Amino acid sequence: MPDNLQSLVDALPRLGEGVVVTLQLTLGGAALAFVLAVALGLAARARSLWLRTPTRVVVEFFRGTSLVVQLFWLFYVLPVFGFRLESMAVGIVALGLNYGAYGSEVVRGSLNAVPVGQWEATKALSLGPVHRVRRVILPQAWALMIPLLTNLLIQLLKGSALATYILLHDVNYEIGQLRIATRDTFFSYAVGLLVYFALAYVLTLGMNALEVRAKRRVGAGPTLREVVRLAPVPTSVGAGAA
Amino acid sequence: MTGGLWSWEQAAAALPPILEGFRVTLVATVVGMVIAAVLGLVIALVRRSAGRWLTVPVGLFVELVRSTPLLVQLVFVYLMLPSVPALVIGCTVLGVHYATYLSEVYRAGIEAVPRGQWEAATALDLPRARVWRAVVLPQAVRNTLPGLGNYAISMFKETPYLFSISVVEMFTAAQQYGAATFDYTEALTMVGLIFLAVSYPTSLLVRRMENRLA
Amino acid sequence: MPEPHAPTPAGDPTGAPAIELVDVVKRFGATTVLDGLSFAVAKGERVALIGPSGSGKTTILRLLMTLEEADGGFLYVDGEPYTHEVRDGRRVPIPEKRRRRVRRRVGMVFQQFNLFPNMTVLGNIIEAPVHALGLAREEAVARADRLLEQVGMADKRDARPTALSGGQQQRVAIARALAMDPEILLLDEVTSALDPELVVDVLEVLRTLAETTDLTMLIVTHEMQFARDVSHRVLMFDRGRIVEEADPETMFTAPTHVRTQAFLKAVLG
Repeated sequence: MPDNLQSLVDALPRLGEGVVVTLQLTLGGAALAFVLAVALGLAARARSLWLRTPTRVVVEFFRGTSLVVQLFWLFYVLPVFGFRLESMAVGIVALGLNYGAYGSEVVRGSLNAVPVGQWEATKALSLGPVHRVRRVILPQAWALMIPLLTNLLIQLLKGSALATYILLHDVNYEIGQLRIATRDTFFSYAVGLLVYFALAYVLTLGMNALEVRAKRRVGAGPTLREVVRLAPVPTSVGAGAA
Repeated sequence: MTGGLWSWEQAAAALPPILEGFRVTLVATVVGMVIAAVLGLVIALVRRSAGRWLTVPVGLFVELVRSTPLLVQLVFVYLMLPSVPALVIGCTVLGVHYATYLSEVYRAGIEAVPRGQWEAATALDLPRARVWRAVVLPQAVRNTLPGLGNYAISMFKETPYLFSISVVEMFTAAQQYGAATFDYTEALTMVGLIFLAVSYPTSLLVRRMENRLA
Repeated sequence: MPEPHAPTPAGDPTGAPAIELVDVVKRFGATTVLDGLSFAVAKGERVALIGPSGSGKTTILRLLMTLEEADGGFLYVDGEPYTHEVRDGRRVPIPEKRRRRVRRRVGMVFQQFNLFPNMTVLGNIIEAPVHALGLAREEAVARADRLLEQVGMADKRDARPTALSGGQQQRVAIARALAMDPEILLLDEVTSALDPELVVDVLEVLRTLAETTDLTMLIVTHEMQFARDVSHRVLMFDRGRIVEEADPETMFTAPTHVRTQAFLKAVLG
């Protein structure tokens, strides 16, 4: 065991680099996913069928074809069509497209959950369509959607472990390296899982802080208990819904 | 059609191993889901009814499994138990991972059973086990069916992770075909479309069930 | 359905009425809520709409706010077609852009207040004047302060709506509607969601408003005393039709229609 600890200390800088790669994938993917989620979520509510139908198709396609297949398709098949992306870009695009599609359902649901009276009041006050969404509806929907987006963010972090197989040196890869160095599978994987657990915990704390702020902005009081809550509760919207 | 981007010949050649793999995919999903459904219920009941000496470690286990990658868990268990067949490990890890999700679905379903039901059962002096079996669980299961359905679809789409422990399910079959022929296009595209073709109609069914139960 | 026609504005020697409904039909699914309803409200007139729940009163206000779309008939504001007009002998909807211009003259106070929870009291009031009317911020703030004073909420200027009582929220909502400087104010059961002890303050604000301005008001209410005090005219609704129409004095002391008599007996005891 002391040998293991020595190997762990030796491996720390590399493990740190793995964490950086995993975070780049996670945050990059999350940023892309968020932009897509808002755009698709708003488009799914559009009155025009010309906007709604393609949106539906895109969302169902990226939810339905499996993240693993999408990632390897971008890695192996896209170059055949003349687009060669860096491994990091493949990872971010795959995670972003897949979780953007899931996220759009969260955005759509949260927009629907804003009381209809709020929409009516914006109309009675002659606020324009863009203005009403940006200033009145989205801030309220935002507070509703954060817990569900937190679930998706953790799912996305977990999905990023695939990056090892497209030649990126993320946390998952460094676990394998640690195993080779220590020749102790249990030790190295326990360390690796704890690293992922810690990352998930930190991301959850960050999202909870965002939620407290968003709730305070819509006048719902924050509770300290929510800030230090361990992990988000997955719901079928968060991880399951196909 | 040589030199084109898509070859129907390639597609035809890749299809048999993919369909072979599809059987494995289905087996993994069904077995994994059965494990998840049973274990998830056990976890939910333990976390609700047992003392702290049990709820705290179980809670920690659930958090740990739920917030770390399925992929890493698969490889971990595979390396730890070299003598166990990979498919058995695949189904079990999938099942345990999803059991942690499903325990939350059950918890929500149990909490959704109105308090009045408990109170009425207590007023009738029903034994506690009987209350669970005859009153609460039947109602809770009804509440949880759409959640179980959604997670079954989700698990189906995560079976490709089994490639990491060399279980030749549908995706692995396609990947192996691609590696052998240096042509991934047809095989990977078809696998993606098969996932879509199965999961989308199923999700419509679940949604309809959701609306009917709502 | 009657043939579409361009109606002549109701007889008002000084010009077009502030509001006019002509043959308005509104259905929700299989239920017809309004069946060929016509009436007009003169400029500066305050009209109370009374009647049992589900008689279509609120629907009229929602049509005038374009929160609902009429299935037939026409709405006019100041004699100007609002939601539909006749073109080539057919009833056609008016584009949203033109509706918006007319809608700007109409304000509404809701039963559930509908204040924006993500803005302060002041933010709620200046939002639309700044962003819909294009008022300078300082001007909007000055106007808001004046209105907050008027509704007795000046000390809550920087509070969050969720920190206020229902009565206080409703007074802010009134100020918010007035900040748009509407010609027409629609009041939709503004005290129905309030605890009884909070009703008085809100009604007091509205009474003062009625006495000191020449706003055209359409008031849907269950507060009969209030209707009697502030309105020039009362319309009794039953099943989407006006069954009786009179000045408040006559309506509340000597109603003629049996439905009115039964309704007033039920609500006044």
